[in-house]
Amino acid sequence: MRRLALIALVLVFPAAAGAQPGSGVKAKTGKGLYAAYCLSCHGVDGSGVTSTSQPRGVLDLRGLGPPLTDVGALGAHFYLTTGYMPLANPHDEPRHTESPFDKQEIAALVAYVASLGHGPPIPKPHPERGDVSSGLSLFTEHCAGCHQVVAQGGYVTNAVAPPLRQASPVQIAEAVRIGPYLMPRFPVSQITDAQLDSIIAYVQWTKHSDNPGGWSLGRIGPVPEGLVTWLIAAVALVGCCLVIGRRFQR
Amino acid sequence: MNLLRRWTIAAGVLFVGRKRRQPRFADRPRIVPPGEPDPRAEWVVLALLLGAAAAAIGFIVVYSFNHLAHQTQYLGLALGLAFALIAAALVVVGKRLIVTEEVEEDYQLPGHPEAQEDLEQLVEESGDRFTRKRLLLAGGTAAAGALGAALVVPALSLGPLLDSGGLYDTPWRRGVRLVDEHGKPLLLAEIERETFYTAYPQGADKELLGSPVVVVRFAPSQLHLPAERRDWAPGGVVAYSKICTHAGCAIALFRKPTFPVVEPRPALICPCHYSTFDPTRAAKVIFGPAGRPLPQLPLAADSNGALIAAGNFSGAIGPAWSGVRSKPPRNPS
Repeated sequence: MRRLALIALVLVFPAAAGAQPGSGVKAKTGKGLYAAYCLSCHGVDGSGVTSTSQPRGVLDLRGLGPPLTDVGALGAHFYLTTGYMPLANPHDEPRHTESPFDKQEIAALVAYVASLGHGPPIPKPHPERGDVSSGLSLFTEHCAGCHQVVAQGGYVTNAVAPPLRQASPVQIAEAVRIGPYLMPRFPVSQITDAQLDSIIAYVQWTKHSDNPGGWSLGRIGPVPEGLVTWLIAAVALVGCCLVIGRRFQR
Repeated sequence: MNLLRRWTIAAGVLFVGRKRRQPRFADRPRIVPPGEPDPRAEWVVLALLLGAAAAAIGFIVVYSFNHLAHQTQYLGLALGLAFALIAAALVVVGKRLIVTEEVEEDYQLPGHPEAQEDLEQLVEESGDRFTRKRLLLAGGTAAAGALGAALVVPALSLGPLLDSGGLYDTPWRRGVRLVDEHGKPLLLAEIERETFYTAYPQGADKELLGSPVVVVRFAPSQLHLPAERRDWAPGGVVAYSKICTHAGCAIALFRKPTFPVVEPRPALICPCHYSTFDPTRAAKVIFGPAGRPLPQLPLAADSNGALIAAGNFSGAIGPAWSGVRSKPPRNPS
């Protein structure tokens, strides 16, 4: 039955899945958008595609994707508003990009994915209730290892921990609970909602932090600072060499 | 000790009994114009060299403190001062004590025996203005020796040379509860998957290198522990030392795939040099400079469901050093 539905969908929406939105697909309902852009990887009704031995999807795409039955509005909202999804190649690491969907399309897709199971709703963080100072210590403890202490991003083996400049408070709250890609998940027993508010307040502060030392050099630590020091020190040293090596004037 | 004494005596005898070097080119016409001796400049050079030696020794003294406010700044100051004083001494030598002359023609290519002799004569005559050669040589040796020692001494921090006891003694033993940083016991049922916890032994000093462990939970079917460690992971919960076996940083990163079909395996990662350990395979090193797996702490649950240690670590904790594999860790007596 599912396979039949899949074939039917392929016939109805020829420019599906890996194809870029806006190319001929006029569906505005969540279900229609899902069928057009999500189905070849996430399967019919969000059942997921977990094995490459399944038949290839539309446009001969080898779809692979996790089931979406329990990600809820929270998961769908995070992945769609950040532009992590749709992902052209399921083996790529999703990056923060402009979403190809407009607001109504995202809302429709989120509502559709939420209707697939019993997942969590979109969180409502209150960073104004948080405390920047305790947010700094919580961020240092839980997040800074990968995202760097002023949220400039960093690396883990096999992945990039993104900078949080573009992350909205809601997206941060969602990411902490989901643990997208290789990030660990932080359940309420690890970070309470109140602590999360403080963390978000701190991340918001890093976006407009003042630079008491003057030039921030990207605020990524000792490497650019060292380079600047060397460039200045090297010039000064060359000057010293010229002075020392000058011959006595007769 | 005996050997050291004999070598010292031999060196002393050689130094005292050596033949004074005769000026080799006394019978030849001078090439370099004779220069006035400058004893004051020599004293300045000597003072600068001894100052450099003192600064280098100061570096070693500051380094030997365990806890000192602004230690890094003092270290930098001492080392910088040592280099600056040596540089100043060399500048004074070059400006005031070496006979300088301007040469219009190029030096002849070396290799020609006569040109070779001329060159040697040049070098020797350039040092004519020195009146206390051996004293200045001793000063230079003192400065260079102290600076060399200052540069070598920090290598001692690479590993325990004399006392490695702190790396063998850990507070873990059978029955010690795992608690979080606030002292609350970790309950087996409350440990969730896809996240990680830091735990400490109940009642022990959290600052000890052997205290912190990182706790992660997997589905028991995901775990591939060696046969003798089958019982170490109740409910799929495993614990490893949080101290990286490469350079002793804290294992602060945990990665877990959201969709394991296309994403990398779960791993514990050290942020210092990206040593990457596979927690499902007894913390085997899968990337990075670490040379051995993280020591695993055998776990069990007590009657209240709290996580307890079922023994000590599987190996010595902390960074690698020459004797790391020689004996297993022990409990404090």
